[in-house]
Amino acid sequence: MLKVSNINVYYDIIYAVKDVSFEVNAGEIVSLIGANGAGKSTILKTLSGLLKSETGSISFLDNEIKNMLPNEIVKLGIVHVPEGRRIFANMTVKENLEVGGYVRSKKEVEEGIEDIFFRFPRLKERHRQLAGTLSGGEQQMLAIGRALMSKPTLLMFDEPSMGLAPLLIAQVFEIIKELNSLGTTILLVEQNAQMALSISNRGYVLENGKIVISDDSKSLLQNDIVKCAYLGS
Amino acid sequence: MHRFNWLLIFSQFINGLQLGSIYALISLGYSMVYGIIMLLNFAHGDIIMVGGYIALISILNRFGPFISVFFAISGCAVISVLIERLAYRPLRKASKTSLLITAIGVSIFLQNLAQLIFSANGRPFPASSILKNNKMRFGKINVNSVTIITILISIISMLLLVILVHKTKLGKAMRAVSEDLESGQLMGINIDKVISFTFILGSSLAGIASIMFCCQYPLVNPTMGYMIGMKAFIAAVLGGIGSIPGAVVGGFTIGFVEIFVSAIGFSAWIDVAVFAVLIIVLLIRPFGILGRRLTEKV
Repeated sequence: MLKVSNINVYYDIIYAVKDVSFEVNAGEIVSLIGANGAGKSTILKTLSGLLKSETGSISFLDNEIKNMLPNEIVKLGIVHVPEGRRIFANMTVKENLEVGGYVRSKKEVEEGIEDIFFRFPRLKERHRQLAGTLSGGEQQMLAIGRALMSKPTLLMFDEPSMGLAPLLIAQVFEIIKELNSLGTTILLVEQNAQMALSISNRGYVLENGKIVISDDSKSLLQNDIVKCAYLGS
Repeated sequence: MHRFNWLLIFSQFINGLQLGSIYALISLGYSMVYGIIMLLNFAHGDIIMVGGYIALISILNRFGPFISVFFAISGCAVISVLIERLAYRPLRKASKTSLLITAIGVSIFLQNLAQLIFSANGRPFPASSILKNNKMRFGKINVNSVTIITILISIISMLLLVILVHKTKLGKAMRAVSEDLESGQLMGINIDKVISFTFILGSSLAGIASIMFCCQYPLVNPTMGYMIGMKAFIAAVLGGIGSIPGAVVGGFTIGFVEIFVSAIGFSAWIDVAVFAVLIIVLLIRPFGILGRRLTEKV
């Protein structure tokens, strides 16, 4: 479904991602794990068009998306839930969802909002509240709901566990698993490698902008290097 | 004992509302554009001058008041969209300083272009062909009809703006982008479209303000936009730049300060008073009256 070949991304002159290639197949959950600054977020931003790769290619459902604008990429079905949630704090919960459905028709937006409210009743209770007044967990629900509004085929999460209490983290991962079982392909970026690998099919380990290990998640969880560096044992 | 003159105070209040509403309309353009692309668009004041000349030429060519006003407003919108396309868009990724200097350059360019076409001399504006100024009496109070119409049209325009920004898809996209540009892009919002929309809104309001201003002070000249623009910019900063209600509050504040200072007999000190108010407010509230401190919740 998604095939990334040899992308290189710089911030000014600093190398952020070096010659990265990986694939995500339809129906999978794939994790990119690695330490802070390894280039995980940079990869997601490149996929969603916020950053540009100088080289290589990114193909999604047979479209070359490397040089596309973010809004064109969203239309194709790749949606990125950014790190730190980045909800629109001064807009209401409902308005956040409406903006999330920007590429969809009015009717689809209305139906989408109904769906999201059914899935996340907390958001329905608070639909008139400003999003900035929600708790961290509710904001993450809103960020996910907002991303679902554009009906993605590939949903990319950047550190969905960040800043959440353990119980909420488990809940967020439960939601991700459920979305996947309903047919959405997931690309997951996490520092919490244990959690990420436990729900994903395959994983890639990034170090200093390079992919150093790739394997299925079960093997990665057993891999000594991964255990030592990312699983804390 | 000297009796307090309530009638005088009331008519000065009306004058304050009139001037304030003109400033508010203009400062909205500064504030909205800043909210979206973090640009202090110094060419915005000169859009007032552009509107003034377009209205003048249209009237002189006998296009009736409605068509002339329409030409002026849409001309302002077209020119500011062109400015964004040609001057600001290529610098989208450049530093904010380059963008700021470009805006100042565009302002100088517009003033000199107007000078080249219309000469540096001011031209009388045929205000009465657009709005006949009648004296209206409310009990013991005399008010100019231009004053009342200015206040009403400004309020209607601001209400329309609020509806547009809160109820339409593009308006919501605009608010989203002004809060978080990147996050807005991730929602599939075409930011070029939103930026053009913002420039159209801001400059149309400036076009309306331009007509109102010219009807009250019927003289157009190439640099007329400079000081009004500067005052409106101060109003935007005073109210909290980036905030729509802030721009309105700032605009009325500056309007009232000017009228108050001239009413107590210090009309030569108007500009001093405006800048002094700005300095004092910024000392107490560095983000402006309704501005928000930029905090990041992680």
